[in-house]
This record gives sequence, structure tokens and C-alpha cells, in this order.
Amino acid sequence: MSWILASLADALSLALSLDPKLVSIVVLTLKVCVTAACISVLLGATIGACVAVGKFPGRSTLIVLLNAAMGMPPVVAGLVVYLLLSRAGPLGAFGILFTPGAMVIAQVLLITPIVAALSRQIIEDAWREYEEQLTSLGVSRMRAAPTLLWDTRFSLVTVGLAGLGRAMSEVGAVMIVGGNIDGVTRVITTAIALETSKGDLPLALALGVVLLSVVLLLNCGAHLLREWSVRRYG
Amino acid sequence: MQQAIVTLDAIRLDGHGHRVLDGVSLRLRARRTLILGPNGAGKSVLLRVMHGLLAPSAGEVRWEPVADSMPGRAAPVAALRAPRLAMVFQRPVMLRRSVLDNVAYGMMVNGMAPAAQATARDMLGRVGLAHLEQRPARVLSGGEQQRVALARAWALNPDVLLLDEPTASLDPHGIRAIEAIISEIAASGTAIVMVTHHRGVAKRLAEDIVFMHQGRVAEQTRAAQFFIQPQSQAGQDYLKGDLE
Repeated sequence: MSWILASLADALSLALSLDPKLVSIVVLTLKVCVTAACISVLLGATIGACVAVGKFPGRSTLIVLLNAAMGMPPVVAGLVVYLLLSRAGPLGAFGILFTPGAMVIAQVLLITPIVAALSRQIIEDAWREYEEQLTSLGVSRMRAAPTLLWDTRFSLVTVGLAGLGRAMSEVGAVMIVGGNIDGVTRVITTAIALETSKGDLPLALALGVVLLSVVLLLNCGAHLLREWSVRRYG
Repeated sequence: MQQAIVTLDAIRLDGHGHRVLDGVSLRLRARRTLILGPNGAGKSVLLRVMHGLLAPSAGEVRWEPVADSMPGRAAPVAALRAPRLAMVFQRPVMLRRSVLDNVAYGMMVNGMAPAAQATARDMLGRVGLAHLEQRPARVLSGGEQQRVALARAWALNPDVLLLDEPTASLDPHGIRAIEAIISEIAASGTAIVMVTHHRGVAKRLAEDIVFMHQGRVAEQTRAAQFFIQPQSQAGQDYLKGDLE
């Protein structure tokens, strides 16, 4: 028991002293995950809005596929991106395997279905409420999509934060396409996995504390934003 | 006799296993027509069919073309076009934006963007909400939201305004405010077709009454005559309070 407490004390000391190695890992993690989440929100919310208000053959099948894709195993996403980006793969010429770029691509593949499926549900609910009113004003379905995106913006921010949380906590895909290279592609989750296997528990714990803190901060931010938006806009 | 505004020919609408509208044929001529009837008579559904929000199972709605004036010409009639319709619902949907932006929205999406903000301000002044233009529309009271909805519809300069129980759930003061706005809209040249449950509102606003019962038109008469001596048995029962 005492070694756990000692490791925890060392971890807090590392985190509070802003250890350069720890800081570089946290900064890279935030860069990769925030970039992936932003791209996923742009793609996913657009797809979600189009599916929510669109009427086209195969819509129900697409919704089922989007919902199923939310549960895509990260290692599968990593494997797909690895195959695409490996030297013999169709995108191998770009030479971005084992770079942060490859990690962003894998995370976008993983998060976009989550954002799209959740956005679709939120926007479809809003469309049910708005449909008669907007139609009576002469608004077409496709013209309604940007209106609905704007009016559900606070809920979509929460969806984006959920996507960011997923990216931050993901390990399988980034490990496969990033390679966990020190100073290049090592992020919090892959570092925790490595340091634990090496027995360097203080650094692993320190990274875990930072990861939990970031996720907690994100959730606090999402909660406060929703509270404020309900008070401000009803 | 006034020219018809709209003609409904044998409208039938089936839904959820029963007939909601059953052979409704009407010709509306009055500038202010109120549709009365007990709950479930099909009034609101008829209004939606007239607007085109619902497609009838059978029958046809024919709006008479209106004269379109050409700017700069003395002669008012240069061309005929389909009438512009606007609709206000019992529970109007307010977009998550300011009161001003809610009123301007309808114009923005109908190609009237350059004048949208100025016209929206003018309309808010006319409905007595100029002081609330920057407030989020969703936090307004029900009566204020209904006035925003009227301003939004009026800003589109409609030839015909369809109103679905705009005074429902309002207190007497709110009802009078809405009535005054509707009267002003009618005075500006817009034809009014309105569904209501309030007999007092109908008495004060209507030129013609369409009385509906069980998905059919029981009678269509001048308002003055309807409130003194309705022609149909259902109309008589309704005014006696035996039919709600």
C-alpha cells in the first residue's frame, strides 16, 4: 500500500513541477486530440444535419451504420489507417505513418461517426419541433440544416467535447499508427501504457492525473456552457 | 360579390385510421374569415391543408392569383402571381436567437435580406415589442412570443395570413393585444383566415364564419347572422354550449 502512496506523491510532484517530459507529452496529446475533434465536429455535424433533415433512399440503413460505427474498436480503426498509410498502401506515398498526422487521421475515423450519430439525433429532434414553422416560412429541408445547426450549437459543443474526451482516452489506434515514438508520437495514453510496463509508476500516475484532470475540466466546461445557454437563450 | 380568395374542392384527408376532413368544399371571399367548431372538428388540419403543409388525400386547394404591381407604373395591375401565404401557429416556434433576428429570419430566407433588419424593427414597433428586440426570443412570455410570430409573418408582406388559434392560452389583455394586431394586419390589405375557439374573438374580428363539425363544413355564413341565428343544428348546439 505504501508504494502506491509513494508513487502517487512522486506523481503529484512531477505534475506540479511541470516536468519537461510530461509537459511535452501533454502538449502533443492536446494538439493531436483537439485537431482531430475539430475536424470530426465539422465533418460529423454536417453529416448528422444532412441525415437528420434529408429524405433519400437508404436513410434508415445509413442511420443504423452510423450508430453501429460509434462502437468501432479503436484497434480496428488503427489497423485500417495503418493499411492505408503503410508504404505498400494506397496512401503510402505521403509518408505520414508514425507521425502525429497519422494519429489525427485515425482519431478522426474513430470520432466522426460518434459526432455524426449524436448530432443526427439532436438535429432530428430539433427538426421535429421546427419543421412546420420553417416550412411555413418557405424554408427548404436543405436550407433548414444550417438553421438547425446554429440553433442546436450548444448541444453540439457538448457532442464535440464528448468526441474530444474519446480522443483523449483512446490508446489502441494511436499506438498502431503513431508507434509511441518518444518526443514524436508519444501521447498520454500510450505513455501510461509504456511507463506501466516499464515499472515507472510515478510518471504513469502523473500522466493519469493530468488525463483525468483534463477530462474533468472538459466536462465542467460542457456543463457550464449548457447551463449558461439555457439561461441566456431559453 | 367579392372575388374568391381561395377555393377548396371536396377536400378529404385520412389519417391514423380515420377521416379527418370529409369532403370539405369552400369558397372564401371575405377579408376576415374565422373558422369555428368544437374540438376535433378538423379546423387546424384544414388550415394546414390550405397552406400546403399537409397534402389532402383527395380534393384540391386553388388560390386565386393576385395582381402584382410593377414599381414606377401608374396602373396597379401588370401581372398576376400566386398569393404569398404566411402562417402563425398556436405555439409558435422561436429560434434560439434575439427577437429581432427571429423576425428578420423569415425575410432573410425569402430573398429580402437587404431590408430585413430595418423591416423587422418596424414590425416590432407595430406589435409593441421594439423595446425587447435584443432579448432572446425563447425567454419571452407566451403572449409576447405570439406577437413576435405575428411580426415575423407580417414582415413577409403576405397576401393571406393563416392563424391557428393565436389567442389560445392567453389572458384577456393578451387576447386584446393580439386582436388589435390582427385587425391592423387586415387593415393593411392582408386577408385573414383564422381558427379560434374564442367566440368573443370571432364576434369581434370575423366578417364570415366557417363552422366545422366532424370534419365537415356545417355552415358558412356572415358572422352577424351566425351569432344571431346559426343555420346548422351543430352551430346552434355550439353557441348554446352543448358542443365543445
